[in-house]
Order: sequence, then C-alpha cells, then structure tokens
Amino acid sequence: MTTTITTGAGATPRPTARPSRPGRGQRWARRAPLLPALIFAIVVTQLPFLFTLYLSTQSWNVLRPGSREFIGLANYGRVLTDDRLRAALVNTVVLTASSVILSVLLGLGLAILLDRKFPGRGIVRTLLITPFLVMPMAAALLWKHAIYNPSYGLINGILGGSTDWVSQYPMVSVVAALVWQWTPFMMLIILAGLQGQSLETLEAARVDGAGPWQTFTRVTLPYLRPYLELGALLGSIYLVQTFDAVFTITQGGPGRATTNLPYEIYLTTFRKFEYGEAAAAGVVVVIGTIIVATFALRVISSLFRMEDTR
Amino acid sequence: MTALRQRAAGATRRSTASPARRSTGVTGAAWTVLAWLAGLLFFLPVLWMVLTGFKREVDAASNPPSWFSTPVLDGYRQVFDRDITPYLLNSMMASLLSTLLVLLLATPAAYALSIRPVAKWRDVLFFFISTKMLPVVAALLPIYLLVKELGMLDNIWTMVVLYTAMNLPLAVWMMRSFLLEVPAALIEAAAMDGANLIVTIRRILLPIVAPGLAATALICFIFSWNEFFFAVNLTATRAGTSPIFLVGFITSEGLFLARLCAAATIVSLPVVLAGWIAQKQLVRGLSMGAVK
Repeated sequence: MTTTITTGAGATPRPTARPSRPGRGQRWARRAPLLPALIFAIVVTQLPFLFTLYLSTQSWNVLRPGSREFIGLANYGRVLTDDRLRAALVNTVVLTASSVILSVLLGLGLAILLDRKFPGRGIVRTLLITPFLVMPMAAALLWKHAIYNPSYGLINGILGGSTDWVSQYPMVSVVAALVWQWTPFMMLIILAGLQGQSLETLEAARVDGAGPWQTFTRVTLPYLRPYLELGALLGSIYLVQTFDAVFTITQGGPGRATTNLPYEIYLTTFRKFEYGEAAAAGVVVVIGTIIVATFALRVISSLFRMEDTR
Repeated sequence: MTALRQRAAGATRRSTASPARRSTGVTGAAWTVLAWLAGLLFFLPVLWMVLTGFKREVDAASNPPSWFSTPVLDGYRQVFDRDITPYLLNSMMASLLSTLLVLLLATPAAYALSIRPVAKWRDVLFFFISTKMLPVVAALLPIYLLVKELGMLDNIWTMVVLYTAMNLPLAVWMMRSFLLEVPAALIEAAAMDGANLIVTIRRILLPIVAPGLAATALICFIFSWNEFFFAVNLTATRAGTSPIFLVGFITSEGLFLARLCAAATIVSLPVVLAGWIAQKQLVRGLSMGAVK
C-alpha cells in the first residue's frame, strides 16, 4: 500500500559505491543480502492489506453464519457516514496531538535542566528515563488503579477529595498517562541535540549582547529544530496507534469520549464481529495514514538531505 | 541524519572542556533542586508501584496513602501462586527469538543499503520505514483470520514472526547507521590485501559494529517484551505473554492493588534494568540511529 513513496531526490549512490557501473551478476550479488529482509517485510506487512481490501467488499458478520456476500463499496459508505468513526477520528487527533505536543514541551524543559552539570545529574537522568521503560500495560494499570482510583488512588490520597478522575476527565487521564511515558523519550532526543550545540555559537551570541532568553529563542531553538521534529515524528508514529492506555484506563468511555481509531476498529472486529465493516475502516485509516506519512516522510527526507550535503 | 550525529559529536568535547555551564552559587543550588524535584516527580509513580507491591492488600487500599509500612511478600507470593512463570517464559522466548531473527535479517539488508548499496537503496530504506507507519490495527483482521486458518492461534511462533516484522524496519535503519560509520578506506584496504568477504566481515566489520548490534538488539527486545495489541488478540493461555498475565489480574471483587503492583514490577523489571544499564545506547536506538 505504501510500497512506493518516492523520496524525490532520486537514488544517488553513496560515495562508497564504486564509480563503474556494476554488471548484471554484480547487481544481483548486491541485492542478495537485502532480499530475505525485503521479502519477509512484504509478505508479513503488505499481503495482509491486500486481504483487507478484499474483506472490505464483503458483508460478513460472524454472528450471522452464511451471511457473507459481495456488496461492493457499501461498507465504505457505511463507514464514511458513520458518526462513531468520525468521533474516533477526532479523538485520535486530539489524543495524538496533545500527547505529542505536551511531551515535547516537557521533554524540552527537562532536557534544558539536565544540560547543566549539577550534583547527581546521572541519577536524575536515570530516574527520568524510567517511566519510558515501564511496560505500557503495567503503566496503564498503575495509573488506572493506583493513581486515579477515587477511593484509594494516589492523587486523591495526596490532594484529598473524592474526584473520579477517569470518568470526569477521561481524555485528560489518558493523555496524562501517555505524556508521563513519552516525555523521557523526547527528553533523551532533545538532550542529545543540546549537548551537540557548539559553545562558540552561544559565546558569540552572548558577546553580541543577547540575553539568555534571546539566545534561547534565536540560537538554541532553531538549532534544535531537527531534533524536535524527529522526536515529534517518531512520537506520532507510536502514539497514533495508542491502544493499551485506552483499553485499560477508559475502555474508550465514558460513552465514546476516548474511543480512538485503533480501539474502535478493535471493537468492530472482536466485539461486534462486523468483519467487512472493520476491514473497510482499516482501509480508510491506511489511506489517511498514507497521506500523513507522505508528509512525515518529507520531514525525514529533509533530515536525510543534510547527510548528503556534508 | 549523519549530520545530526556529527554535530552531536562535539558534545563530549564541550562538556569536559568548558566550565561555562557548571552552575555555581544560588542559581546552581536552585537549578539542582529543580532538577531533582522534576526527576523525583517523574519517578514517583514507579516508586509508588514498587512500594505498593510490598504492602498488605488492606494497606494498599488505605486512604490517606501509607508511605511506610512493614514490607510483606504477600503480593509477590500470590503472583507466583497464580503461575506467572509460563507467561514470563513466553515473553522471553518471543522477545529473544524475534530479536535474533531481526538481527539475522536486518544486518545483511543494512549492509546492502550502506557499504555495498543496491541501486535504489533510498527507496528501499523508505519502504521499510513506511511499513512502520501503517497502523497495525488495519492488519489485525487479516492476520487474525490467516493465523486462525493455519491453526496457529495461541502459538508463540506466531508472535515471533509478528514481532520480527514489527521490529525489522527499526533494525534496518539502526544497523545501516552503524555500518555507515565503518571507514570505507578500511574495507578497501582489506580488499586490497586480498581478504574475502567472510574475513572482512569477521575481522573488520564485526568488531566495529558490535556495540551497534547490541543497541539494536536492546531496542528490539524492549518493543517485543512490551507488545500488547497482537498478544491480546492472538494468544490466550498457552502462548500468553506477560502483559496478558497482568490484564487477567484485575478482578471486580476484592482488593487486588498490592498483587497487581507486584506483578507490574516483575514484568517491568527486565526492560527497566536493561534500559538503565544501556542508557547511552538508548538514545541512538530510539531515534533509529539518527541521534548519537
């Protein structure tokens, strides 16, 4: 489906490549080590989608045996006019965007804190990366039961009161847990960027009379841009697929308040057993992803071009 | 991407040579306090998880929360009574085997995309990354039906294959970035001396790339160990992995928080320890080799 997203610049061979045109046999000798991985990837990740395409044209509900028949694009009509899917799409965008933005901002703040030397920096860094290493399912259960629980959760235990966080602020609850897990990831990438910034540039800015804030916005931030983009991009790839947190913390509720696309398709498949509809929804999601991914790949591509110009 | 890395290379020089950003005086003290507070705040839920795991169920559900209580092993005992071991072994097997398989597939592929590149190496590289962007949920139904047809539901080898596919793009990108660091002159010199491919790989490539292999393996292990979506839909009692065990722990009646936290601590421990030990490799791995 996304098999050929061309990168525009065309395939210029790396400098290490021999200048002479390789012959036929040599070309295959070069390809040979690549083929197992390529074939494996195509078989396991691309063929299922062809099958999905076929399924999406079927009216097929497992709960009604013998009901399977070809109905053309009717599933798509149902999916595209369905309020549930539209709501799920909105929820996905809200969930992904807010988690990515918040974790990048917090990650930036923490990276700046850690960019200075202070006693115990290594320990603080270790403490900070731990949330990212905790198993996502364990983290989701921890937040749901040990932190948000209205009667014995940690938040009400410290702040008092008996707020039922998950049912009163469902989206915030899910996003908070995700931000907690993903901030360390952003911090690590941004910190690597900060530590690569040359001191001379900062010194020059200071000599030119720039204050700390000006130096930060005019020098450091533009310099960090590729790192921020990379973090946001990778974070989006993972967070748009969020399933564990929704499955555990809110079950998509209350009502449909936190049902995102992965959870909605999961429900259609394994709770309602509407296979045809689930497949059509899957295809729609894939098409949407291709559109977003083409844009995202352009970002990677531009990072890539920097490599060529060195 | 190498450009990012090159700039980052200046980091080591700076942090040792320049005292400029070492904080002193009041600012320094405030900075230290703030950083420690931030670190502790982020660590607090983890600490709470570990502490709660050592409580009695009644104390775990107390309000206000009890921070200090005599540690008991009741929670842990119950976790092992409920037989967590097969789940841990399943996770271990799926993660280790898929990681091994990923390295076997990705390393030669990365070689063909870096040192002796195929003509369209760039397109291939972007094909791999694009498979990572596809939502797995769209593949779930066909995979489920296919696996069911083959009689491979609740089978650990199914998970091995799926986790291999899941981590392959990541590993190809990472291994490529490590292979690119091998100086071309070194390989040419070896060829000049008449070394064949096997010798070149063993004597020159492997020693340089070994840390990269370790970093790639670590990342693949982490993602496989933590995977839940495929596991919950394709496995049950026989091939269930550790997150599946966790979910089965929730009951609607009675108190379960202490044993849940004990179980959550056990299943998180391998990855947390591995990540702590390999902090340096973590950054590069998570950015698929883009940031050193």
